[in-house]
Amino acid sequence: MEIINAFALIINYIIIPGLTYGCQLALGALGVTIIYTVLRFSNFAHGELMSFGAMTSILITWIISYFGISIFPLPTVILALPISILITISYCLLIDKYCFQYHRKKNSKNVISLIVSIGVMFFTSGLIRVLIGPNDRTINDGERFIISARKFKEITGLTEGISLKLSQSITIIVSIIAVVLLFWFLNKTKTGKSMRAYSDNKDLALLSGIKTENVIFYTWLITGTLACIAGTLYGLDKSYKPFTYLQLVLPIFAAAIVGGIGNPIGAIIGGFVISFSELLITFSYNKFLSYLIPINFLPEGSLQLLSTDYKIAISFIILVLVLILKPTGIYKGKLL
Amino acid sequence: MKTDFFSEKKYINAYLVCAFLFLLVGLFQSWNVAFSILNLCLISAIMSIGINIQWGNSGIVNFGVMGFAAIGGLCGVLISMPPTLEVWKDGTAVILIILFSFLISGILVKKFLKKFIYNKYLKILLSIIIILFSLYLIKSIFIPSINFIENTNSAKTGYIGGLNLPIILSWPIAGLFCGVIAFLIGKIALGLRSDYLAIATLGISEIIIYIIKNEEWLARGVKNVNGLPRPVPYEIDLQKNEFIQTLSNTLNLSVIELSSLIVKGLYSILFILVLLIIFFLLQKAIKSPWGRMMRAVRDNEISAEAMGINVKKRHLQVFIIGSAIIGISGAMLTTLDGQFTPSSYQPLRYTFLIWIMVIIGGSGNNHGAIIGGFAIWFFWIQAEPIGIFLIELITIFLSDQNEMKLYLLNHAAYMRLLLMGLVLILALRFFPKGIIEEEKRL
Repeated sequence: MEIINAFALIINYIIIPGLTYGCQLALGALGVTIIYTVLRFSNFAHGELMSFGAMTSILITWIISYFGISIFPLPTVILALPISILITISYCLLIDKYCFQYHRKKNSKNVISLIVSIGVMFFTSGLIRVLIGPNDRTINDGERFIISARKFKEITGLTEGISLKLSQSITIIVSIIAVVLLFWFLNKTKTGKSMRAYSDNKDLALLSGIKTENVIFYTWLITGTLACIAGTLYGLDKSYKPFTYLQLVLPIFAAAIVGGIGNPIGAIIGGFVISFSELLITFSYNKFLSYLIPINFLPEGSLQLLSTDYKIAISFIILVLVLILKPTGIYKGKLL
Repeated sequence: MKTDFFSEKKYINAYLVCAFLFLLVGLFQSWNVAFSILNLCLISAIMSIGINIQWGNSGIVNFGVMGFAAIGGLCGVLISMPPTLEVWKDGTAVILIILFSFLISGILVKKFLKKFIYNKYLKILLSIIIILFSLYLIKSIFIPSINFIENTNSAKTGYIGGLNLPIILSWPIAGLFCGVIAFLIGKIALGLRSDYLAIATLGISEIIIYIIKNEEWLARGVKNVNGLPRPVPYEIDLQKNEFIQTLSNTLNLSVIELSSLIVKGLYSILFILVLLIIFFLLQKAIKSPWGRMMRAVRDNEISAEAMGINVKKRHLQVFIIGSAIIGISGAMLTTLDGQFTPSSYQPLRYTFLIWIMVIIGGSGNNHGAIIGGFAIWFFWIQAEPIGIFLIELITIFLSDQNEMKLYLLNHAAYMRLLLMGLVLILALRFFPKGIIEEEKRL
């Protein structure tokens, strides 16, 4: 019984939140990685693109609920998601046309594109704040819990409860669907294959008749979709605050680089590495150990490697360490 | 020679435009506003010079401006504030000694491991033992003494305090300290290429901010340090001065306004002095063979290396110089504010805005960096009135009570982000060389 309690504790405080946050990071990191492999620059605006997606989802949700349509146990955002994905994609394509295309055609250094993406970041964050304001907004209007901790305790008779939020399970399910579709697209369809060929060797791909414009169109299509889904899911799980997405950029880069930038599988694994290490390092193991070993043997003081204040800093530390020690990441990605 | 004359004329024109803008603000808004904008413009100009020497002259992408500025501010606190005597008597001295010996011993141990022990597994085992031992030390000595410091008089001090020296001293010291930190960062990170270096420096600067925010014993963390001593007289003392009182009568200004004007003016003079010193030193350096070498490294690293230039060493050198300049400006900023607020350090305001200044001003040219600093900071402050004006213009046909119009006016403050992004994108597209181009040298 004690051991089961310990496991319940771990599942409740580490595995479920870690999976959710990891999914959100992985979706973001996939977007960054795909832009990086095809267009060869680090897109600092990705966090704001996610924020833009979440914002359009909220605006459309307001319109939908104005007409009184709802799918109650599920949040209304699910209905809004397809439309907001389309809007985010068109925003991405517009940005590409007016900001990045020129520098691509001119063959500028990739640092210039990076600086342009910072301009896009400023522009988008300003646009978002003008349109929806800087305040906190809750998206979730559906049921909050699938199983609440209290109910779980009543059913199983354990002292530790496991709670599963609806938003968490939606995040995990939608992420799985998105990732499966993405891999199917990249590996099985002709366009996906041409994208991979293009990222592998640009000149060879051009020679074999792959059209640059097509590849770039699909790249932004995928990026916009992923950014919108990731942003909306993040906003659904926590709540929508525009400034948090700016802080999300570095953890996303950390995830992409840890997994090996340019490698989609690496991006997913990197996302989970970041999210779980954040939780594992700042988790206080006192209660967990109290279930496993007799109380007399428990060491005094809190058994925490780093205080929770450093939670976000952990991803930066991992990022810097990986960049210095093994810049190619877990799965050998492309090195600049 | 003709081109030289032309470029000189161009930046003189740009300076004149800047001066004219301040005159406009002074006449139409108020001289107080004009001087406070000028002071921050000067600080921004120094920061952008720091980035310019790194990016414009040697092609290093340093996104760690925020971190260095914060370290500079921290120096301001640690130099100027009175020491917290209670903790110096027993607790803190111990901590500091341990901290420093740790840093040094860590580096020494690493060297020792590299030199004498060849067995891979033994190395790993030894490092694990060292890590565990240091964890034990942290638990047993660090945390109790940190708690002691943070709990002594936590409402007022709760940190180690400073050295009680004049705050102006903190400017050069901040430069030195940032130089040392930049040396450590550069040693480990400068091997990375452009994009990776950008991300790494951004990450490192975030880590620095996190440490300053959370280690309250160092500088009170998010509780802020207020009331730093000033290098210039206080307004209240000036108001009591008889000469100032008669001056205010003759100038037809209220005493309060005049005194704050004088204080701001004194700050401006100090800042202009620092700016001029840094500017002339750098101009000298850029025109010397050293500057030529740096440009050679920037333009083509491989051929520079083939000519026998040690590219890594040059990069490190310039990284240290630029970061030291940013540190100085960070200390100046804290001096101007009179307080140190770690939570105010945001990458958007410190890192990316400074980068916009450099790009807009014209990278590779110190005049350009100064003009960029002036122009962008001016624009950053004045974007809100401009945004309101634009919104009024667009919605001129709507009534004053129109919800749409009111909503937009309420959010006008965020127009500055939007406009700033637009400016950067347009600048990179239509005048990538900036307001003032880099001089053509033969």
